[in-house]
Amino acid sequence: MKKEIINLLEKEPQLTNAELAAMLGISEEEVAAQVAELKKMGVIRGQKLIVNRELIGDSKITALIEIKVTPKSKLGFDAIAHQIAEFEEVQSLYLMSGGFDLAVTVTGNTFHDVAMFVAKRLSPLESVVSTATHFILRPYKELGIKMNDSGTDDRGIVSL
Amino acid sequence: MIDYSKLINKTIQSVKPSGIRKYFDIAAEMDDVISLGVGEPDFKTPWHIREAAIQSLNEGKTRYTSNSGILELRDEICKYYERRFGVKGYNYRTDCLVSVGGSEAIDLAVRCLINPGDEVLIPEPSFVCYTPIVAMSGGVPVPIRTVVENDFRLTGDELRAAITPKTKMLILPYPNNPTGGIMRKEHLEEIAEVLRGTDIMILSDEIYAELTYGGISHASIAAVDGMFERTVIVSGFSKAYSMTGWRLGYALGPKEVIAAMTKLHQYAIMSAPTNSQYAAIEALRNGDDDVRDMLKEYDARRRFIVDGFNKLGLACFEPNGAFYVFPCIQSSGLTSDEFCEKLLYSKKVAVVPGNAFGECGEGFIRVSYCYSISHIKEALKRIGDFLDECKG
Ligand SMILES: Cc1ncc(COP(=O)(O)O)c(C=O)c1O
Repeated sequence: MKKEIINLLEKEPQLTNAELAAMLGISEEEVAAQVAELKKMGVIRGQKLIVNRELIGDSKITALIEIKVTPKSKLGFDAIAHQIAEFEEVQSLYLMSGGFDLAVTVTGNTFHDVAMFVAKRLSPLESVVSTATHFILRPYKELGIKMNDSGTDDRGIVSL
Repeated sequence: MIDYSKLINKTIQSVKPSGIRKYFDIAAEMDDVISLGVGEPDFKTPWHIREAAIQSLNEGKTRYTSNSGILELRDEICKYYERRFGVKGYNYRTDCLVSVGGSEAIDLAVRCLINPGDEVLIPEPSFVCYTPIVAMSGGVPVPIRTVVENDFRLTGDELRAAITPKTKMLILPYPNNPTGGIMRKEHLEEIAEVLRGTDIMILSDEIYAELTYGGISHASIAAVDGMFERTVIVSGFSKAYSMTGWRLGYALGPKEVIAAMTKLHQYAIMSAPTNSQYAAIEALRNGDDDVRDMLKEYDARRRFIVDGFNKLGLACFEPNGAFYVFPCIQSSGLTSDEFCEKLLYSKKVAVVPGNAFGECGEGFIRVSYCYSISHIKEALKRIGDFLDECKG
């Protein structure tokens, strides 16, 4: 049941317990208990709005930064990853396979903000060997949501 | 000046244009309408199926296929019907015809079986095409009223009462558009009991066969003892695989009937769209998981919307098939037409009046759940506001 709840909530975080209960054919109390447990377990970690700021002329600057690091002998990549995750400019952070170790997205109001972040905060870290910064020019899709389509339904309004 | 009303075929002139055409036109002109009115999936055709069609184009498959359809596809259809619904015994060379949607297959089956004056039994509420097609063949459509108390199933008694010496065919439209009603094995057995020993044919429209809920699988009347020889199954890819625009369906039935249908199809159509046929082969071979995933999504929406209507005080029996709910709106004090028109004007929500699917659909509305949960939620909220205003 936990998986079903997560599948539904991931798509529609606004669903109430009563609505989830109807959709899953279980009681509202059962849903409430499961959701509470999912939160306690740390499975449900929060929710955010996906926005396209471009449309109100308020774009932020986002960069995707590839980082190579030397892992600490015992802690592996975790220590440096936790350290980078602490920076509030960092929007996402992943350990990667392939040519580099960590992928970070960083957001700032200007190019300068992002450049300064790399130069002043990221590069000086002891374990960071090198960085490659790619500026994002335009978002097309984020977290499964298209950023530019009109969202219109190309089906008619009514059909029999 | 030519008086076209004197030229145009009398029967087609007498066929009522779908009674809600006007209402559709109003809806289409309005801005910001939120609709629960369409009978087609919101999902796009699964990617691998689209790719199979593209592949066939790239390979230059741009010609007619054989009249009955690509042999490989017919083979897959027969295997599919056995695998999914336990109907055995169709010979893919002689008992299967690939058509332009289920729609064409319905038209062919009726035209090839009905002589002028033959009566065709049509349980209602049901899909809108049966009556006009029967009428065009000179047949006499005989509606059978089904009721919400029986979850809109056709019962043996209702069937028996409608049969006359002129009865040629029974149309069996389950899982049902618009009610979402289904017929289980035991219900089909009741129908079979009445038909055994007669020459009455069955046209079983099983286009929603993949869409059944609550752990109930679709049962085909062709698998019921004694029914195989009298059943023409019509189905297609539109609903199960979200392929409405590909225009592909099929008929399965006794070789004599399929041969007649193929003859007519050959003259009227030549062959069904070639690239759609290649897509359909892929759908049948590798599409089970897609169907399962879409079904799961529909099921969550179905429960959501049934619960929603019941909470609004519009009694809604639990539909176990297709992707429609059919709530009763009599408590609003309005007719189906009034309800839909007022709802459209005042809240900009489009649903279909139940009487569009037969007189006995009066007092109901058809609501499709081929929409996202957030869309359905907003529409339900507006319907709730509308009902409050009706009371107030
Ligand atoms: C009950 C029923 N039969 C047949 C059809 C025709 O489907 P198609 O011609 O797309 O296969 C529909 C479409 O709405 C339907 O609802």
